[in-house]
Amino acid sequence: MPAVQETVESVRAIDVDQYKWGFSTDVEMDKAPKGLNEDIVRFISAKKGEPDWMTEWRLGAYRRWLTMTEPTWAKVAYPKIDFQDLYYYAAPRMNAAPKSLAEVDPEILRTYEKLGIPLREQELLAGVEGASYPSSRVAVDAVFDSVSVATTFKDELKKAGVIFCPISEAIREHPDLVRQYLGTVVPVTDNYYATLNSAVFSDGSFVYVPPGVRCPMELSTYFRINEQNTGQFERTLIIADKGAYVSYLEGCTAPRRDENQLHAAVVELIALDDAEIKYSTVQNWYPGDKDGKGGIYNFVTKRGDCRGKNSKISWTQVETGSAITWKYPSCILRGDGSKGEFYSIAISNGHQQIDSGTKMIHLGKNTVSRIISKGISAGKSQNTYRGLVSAHRKATGARNWTNCDSLLVGNQCGAHTVPYIESKNSSAVFEHEATTSKISEEMLFYCQSRGLSPEEAVALVVNGFVRDVLQKLPMEFAVEAQKLISISLEGSVG
Amino acid sequence: MTDMTPIKTPAEQALSRAFGLAAPTLPGDAGVKSLREAAFGAFETAGLPHRRVEDWKYTDLRVLMREAKPLAAPPTADDIAAAKDAGAAFATAGARRLVLVNGSFVAELSELAGLEEGLTILPLARVLGEGHPLSSRLGSLAPQGNAAVDLNTAFMADGVVVHVAAGVKIERPLLIVSRHVGAATADVTRSLVVVEDDAALTLIESFEGPDGVDYQTNSALELSIGRNASVELIRHQAEGESALHLHTLMAEAGAHATLKGCTLTTGAAVSRQQAALALNGDHIVAALRGTTLLRGRQHGDTTLLVEHKGTHCESRELFRTVLDGTAHGVFQGKIIVAADAQKTDGRMASNALVLSDGAEMDNKPELEIYADDVQCGHGATVGALDEELLFYLEARGIPEAEAAALLIQSFVGEIIDQVENEAVRDALMAGVMRWLAQRAGTPQARG
Repeated sequence: MPAVQETVESVRAIDVDQYKWGFSTDVEMDKAPKGLNEDIVRFISAKKGEPDWMTEWRLGAYRRWLTMTEPTWAKVAYPKIDFQDLYYYAAPRMNAAPKSLAEVDPEILRTYEKLGIPLREQELLAGVEGASYPSSRVAVDAVFDSVSVATTFKDELKKAGVIFCPISEAIREHPDLVRQYLGTVVPVTDNYYATLNSAVFSDGSFVYVPPGVRCPMELSTYFRINEQNTGQFERTLIIADKGAYVSYLEGCTAPRRDENQLHAAVVELIALDDAEIKYSTVQNWYPGDKDGKGGIYNFVTKRGDCRGKNSKISWTQVETGSAITWKYPSCILRGDGSKGEFYSIAISNGHQQIDSGTKMIHLGKNTVSRIISKGISAGKSQNTYRGLVSAHRKATGARNWTNCDSLLVGNQCGAHTVPYIESKNSSAVFEHEATTSKISEEMLFYCQSRGLSPEEAVALVVNGFVRDVLQKLPMEFAVEAQKLISISLEGSVG
Repeated sequence: MTDMTPIKTPAEQALSRAFGLAAPTLPGDAGVKSLREAAFGAFETAGLPHRRVEDWKYTDLRVLMREAKPLAAPPTADDIAAAKDAGAAFATAGARRLVLVNGSFVAELSELAGLEEGLTILPLARVLGEGHPLSSRLGSLAPQGNAAVDLNTAFMADGVVVHVAAGVKIERPLLIVSRHVGAATADVTRSLVVVEDDAALTLIESFEGPDGVDYQTNSALELSIGRNASVELIRHQAEGESALHLHTLMAEAGAHATLKGCTLTTGAAVSRQQAALALNGDHIVAALRGTTLLRGRQHGDTTLLVEHKGTHCESRELFRTVLDGTAHGVFQGKIIVAADAQKTDGRMASNALVLSDGAEMDNKPELEIYADDVQCGHGATVGALDEELLFYLEARGIPEAEAAALLIQSFVGEIIDQVENEAVRDALMAGVMRWLAQRAGTPQARG
């Protein structure tokens, strides 16, 4: 079929080297020596001015990590990572902690400007600027390699009682909260990469929304890997106390480099009674070049705990970047009546490999979860959905609906679906459906017979295919995500 | 995982001893002998599969198979007399009966006279013993690294070998009954069915045995379907309620072939039926269906692998499970579409009805797709009986228990209705009704 043939041709021609965020920034960096040992862990802890309990916590994780082996069950292939050949800490050199933006290295500010991330409070997110949307404000925490360089709107958030700061600051200033919650959703011993992260995590965001507070603005963290041969290990902890609401956005990019770089993050969400957390990600790490050289290894553990009654956690992700993605944002539905949602668009092109999905673990009564996953594979990529839905003995009335669809563009890619559905309760109702197909010729014919060009027709069908998920994104991100999709599928969407 | 050498379980140790003792006496030429040794070697290295082995995640044989029973001896005259009514459930189907007692082919209970032209039926022991040309086809379809198959290949001594010559359409169904009688032993059977190009065959397998005896069966069927040939495969697993039952179907089909399968599982304390189906040609139509009814503490596993290798093939897999008591149902299905298997149409669905708290259903329907011009889908549902439907029936004066039975009957009936032979269909449905009657604890109310 000509349209698809053209699509395949142009996808091949354009492919992943369309990556627009591949520039690097030249700033002076403070780095820990290469490699990993207890001294490095102590070094990171000391750099952050952490209390002893935190240092011990990290060392405990490190010792545990030494006894673990890398997981191999995911459908991804990559050469063995030499964990001693990485820098575990890299921070732009600056005078102590910058008090205001004026003290931040202008090179870094320019980087964020180029990325369209507003660090000046009066600015709007670049994606929406000039658009006719009502202006909304977003508080941004910008993480550059291993440290947070700026956090905006802190004062205004403080007035509402919301704590939004780098996690290293939270460990110093809100130790009780951190101690109470850190590692309670993703335990130190959870898995190989989470344990590694627990030992060496450098920065990330900490959010605490007090009872009954609706966070007055969207919170956002922008992660940027810049330095060569570094691993980024961010740690995010979000707590929505009783009746609170927060919407959190996360974005990531990295420069184009020939070496693979490791990104092993841990995100923990905790929702207490009647609280709601909405977590959105646009993951656009450097995916490698068209021959599969370079790119980020994105090995991430994200988990939310609906700890309270009627709490809700919603994950939305748009995955277009990374050479390898290994990521399963999950919900533990512990509180009665709690709700988990997972909306995902995963687009792979070039030699990318994505193994992503979710886990919905129903523990409480009348818990509800919904999964919509759309995978699009093009080029020579492999795209796998791997998910678990389980209802435990006491999860009376648990309900799940899963829909995972895959779309293949070209005949050198693969799309795979590996769902696990485990029910131990007779009143649980689980429904799962999955389809894999190529763009229906009938649909294309229908569009074309109404005067659309083949490319327009493909664009329409693809956008319809992912619409369910795009609608769930906060508006600011929906704009960015739509741009991303048009880039990743350039050629197929014309 | 780690390179630990796990401690051998008593069952594994017993199997090693048994193989050492039995190997010299098992039939077959040097080729078969090396096949056995390779298979047992693979088993010994890997051991019994456990939950860390992905394919056996939900059926942990290390736990479920605590001991290995001694290999069954050839049946005595008493055993044979006790197996006289083997396959009675299918009596009205007019099938040609072939009987295996404790894994051994029993000629006197089997109907070997008046074979249709082009139909060859031989006991496996003879095929192996004589070095019959068909013995060279054994093992060619066996998947690698599957413990049940490896054990079967290592210990296979008897079974049924069927050959249907090209172009021959056998009207009368074949019924292979595997019957266990007497004390708890391990019955290993291996059958080989070759249906050549343009031929047709209907094959029924029935597994039966006494309740209360914890015997073990490991049965495997290699099925080769030629081009444009057609096979209907029916299996009723009604083993005794303490039995452990492992069954493997290994099938391949050539271009334009048709395969229809239907299984009914009601027996055994622990059972696993696995099927590996390779669609090697273009335009093949395959439909595998099955229903499993479990209660008490039964464990029933259905594991499928369908590989689409040719273009324009259609496959349908539909399995329905009904769970009562604290039964554990497992469905694992995987469709693989090779890169050049364009225009594949594959559908897989697993529906489970969970009747009581404490029952558990685990579903894992997988797709692995490398071709872009395909339509593939899978669905999985788990739920209780529909309250509204129950209410509807009760509002019409049908007592609750009977209404539930009707709904279950229709749920599994949709699978069994696909069987073409009416008598066979009735026999399977009777098996379902027996299960429902036992569930209700009352004599059979409806036919």
